[in-house]
Amino acid sequence: MALKIPNNKTPIAEQKPQERIHNFKEVVLGYTLEEAITEANRCLQCPTHPCVSGCPVGIDIPGFILQLRENNLEKSHEILKSYNNLPAVCGRVCPQESQCEGVCTVGVMKDHEPVAIGKLERFVADWNASHGNESISEKANSKKGKVAVVGSGPSGLTVAADLAKKGYEVSVFEAFHEAGGVLMYGIPEFRLPKSIVEREINSIRKLGVNIETNVVVGKTLTIEELRNDYDAIFIGTGAGTPRFMNNPGTNLNGVYSASEFLTRINFMHSYEFPEYDTPIRVGKRVVVVGAGNVAMDASRSALRLGAEKSMIVYRRSEKEMPARVEEYHHAMQEGIEFHWLTNPIEYIGDENGNVTGVKCIKMKLGEPDASGRRRPIPIEGSEFTIEADMVIEAIGQTSNKVLLNTFPELKLNKRGYIEADPKTGKTSVEGVYAGGDIVTGAATVILAMGAGKAAAQAIDEYISSKKKA
Amino acid sequence: MFEILEKERIAPKEYDMWINAPRVVNHVKPGQFVVIRTHKKGERIPLTVADFDRENGKIRLIFQAVGKTTYEMAAMKVGDSFSDVVGPLGTPSEIKKHGTVLMIGGGVGIAALFPIIRGLKQMGNKVITILGGRTSDLVIMKKECAEYSDEMIITTDDGSEGIKGVVTDGMKAVVNRGDHVDYAWAIGPTIMMKFSALTAKDLGIPIWVSLNPIMVDGTGMCGACRVTVNGNIKFACVDGPEFDGHGVSWDELMARLKQYKDQEKISLEKYLSEVGETSWL
Repeated sequence: MALKIPNNKTPIAEQKPQERIHNFKEVVLGYTLEEAITEANRCLQCPTHPCVSGCPVGIDIPGFILQLRENNLEKSHEILKSYNNLPAVCGRVCPQESQCEGVCTVGVMKDHEPVAIGKLERFVADWNASHGNESISEKANSKKGKVAVVGSGPSGLTVAADLAKKGYEVSVFEAFHEAGGVLMYGIPEFRLPKSIVEREINSIRKLGVNIETNVVVGKTLTIEELRNDYDAIFIGTGAGTPRFMNNPGTNLNGVYSASEFLTRINFMHSYEFPEYDTPIRVGKRVVVVGAGNVAMDASRSALRLGAEKSMIVYRRSEKEMPARVEEYHHAMQEGIEFHWLTNPIEYIGDENGNVTGVKCIKMKLGEPDASGRRRPIPIEGSEFTIEADMVIEAIGQTSNKVLLNTFPELKLNKRGYIEADPKTGKTSVEGVYAGGDIVTGAATVILAMGAGKAAAQAIDEYISSKKKA
Repeated sequence: MFEILEKERIAPKEYDMWINAPRVVNHVKPGQFVVIRTHKKGERIPLTVADFDRENGKIRLIFQAVGKTTYEMAAMKVGDSFSDVVGPLGTPSEIKKHGTVLMIGGGVGIAALFPIIRGLKQMGNKVITILGGRTSDLVIMKKECAEYSDEMIITTDDGSEGIKGVVTDGMKAVVNRGDHVDYAWAIGPTIMMKFSALTAKDLGIPIWVSLNPIMVDGTGMCGACRVTVNGNIKFACVDGPEFDGHGVSWDELMARLKQYKDQEKISLEKYLSEVGETSWL
């Protein structure tokens, strides 16, 4: 039986690199039904199903794949939805290679690629959107209690959906003018179309979740007001503030944080300026600092805006790069230029305050540091300048203090994030839970959703036991 | 939500609006701002809250039509609604007993200054207010500011009212006649704040200025509004908008304000070609 399994994943259609670098449309086009069933047949339905424990939200992966294989797509979708409120999102942006697919039994067989679980998840979710009837789940009578969720990113939406399903009245407060958090402002259209995010958020609204935009908790509403009005609070505000290297010249025109650059493009639609009002500068020679997924997103977005050359500079080597393999691969295909072991030390500007170049220094790798990766060390005298009219720093975020400064009782960890029990999201303040990047620092969509799932469970137990008492 | 309840043209291209914003009004304090969008394809722009009425759930915005979004606002009527209004954002002004305060306002910055004047007066400060403009008609809110000021000084470039000159001439006049000033505030065009700060430095007066860099979210999430103050990078949206005027890198701020000059021109021209005649402004 095992011998009959094709070695490789069923190929998936993608926009050609030469074409896609001129548009913001989705790169990966998805499976046809036939291709999806072919791929589903590569699943062994093995009894140990390590994929399930590899999934932060514990989806019954063999279950949904089996139904897909049998062409019971509605049933397949139902299984997915019962574990994951955002399957079309996760199918696209989860790092499957280090989760479900990383431990897939087929994948550990000699010369075999794992089952393309992510692509199948995406297929089923997309199929349902175009064919299925959104089953209006019976809204419980919301008498179990009231929960406030701060932030409408992946963790907040998960908490909200799970608690609504359990029969709670849930209000989500979002600071921006649209819900979705990083799914809307951070991840580009060409990886995660915004219409898909909106579709999944609408299905969460249908569960009875009330999402109120334009509310900055800590400013518009205080945490005391929420504590008075709700039985429990979940804080999922995201990492929320960009870090800068603080190189000389950081405030020159044309130097962006990746957060600003991507927010302008994805959330404010500046790539459709002047149809949309928010502008963006169009760099001809763009230098992106960092080599994580956000750096890949920024460099590829710059290309789509019209950059002639989009470069990534990274102080370590290719081996230490934190980006997902798929993103790196797509970036390479599109002609992003990588400068490894290179660190910017100064941005050079002209008399009008516009950036014109990036002064860099070459690095070498020393002994492993606290992260286990070899520490980059500058090579003296190796300075050189890259000509550039745009610089985007994508070196990570730190915790946003707008809410935290107004809530001194809430205990933070050494890095300034909320201290919360990883199993329950419980914080130092009774009835207040937290999860996602505001607890872990910048991580993945699915980890935030896993935290949301755990917190929803814990909040249900907390309110139930309190009401009994 | 966010319906325009009252609207008045108070000077050429300058408008005064009250907007229904029940959530914002509960916690807003002098010195804070809101971020607004006129419509779903609109830009997010910050505007300082000029006044607020908690009882009736409304806030007051005073603005000058300078670009596409503010032109659109100028064209909106009572009964129209903004797509979004979020706030109050930023750190409130330091309203406490300082002693004698010198309050310097210019252009629509006077609107941002007004609630601070009122707050400081109510705290028991002696308030000397200097309002400046090119000509008398452009000096707005004179009556309202006077109500909470111990002394009002007007300066106009053309001499049509008060001292012929600029606000810094007013500042020097107050100090030269022997008044001791404990703290000053200057809110207005960037160039006015820069020179008010330089003059205050010469006169030995500490001064707050309210900076107006380009913003996107207004909650510290993007860093578009970064300014350099006393050598450190600050985000005006959360660390400000008020900063120590002596420490601001003014030339950097002015260069950053021109960051989208070309796009702003394209946007406004496109708008004007769509709406045609704008003499009503």
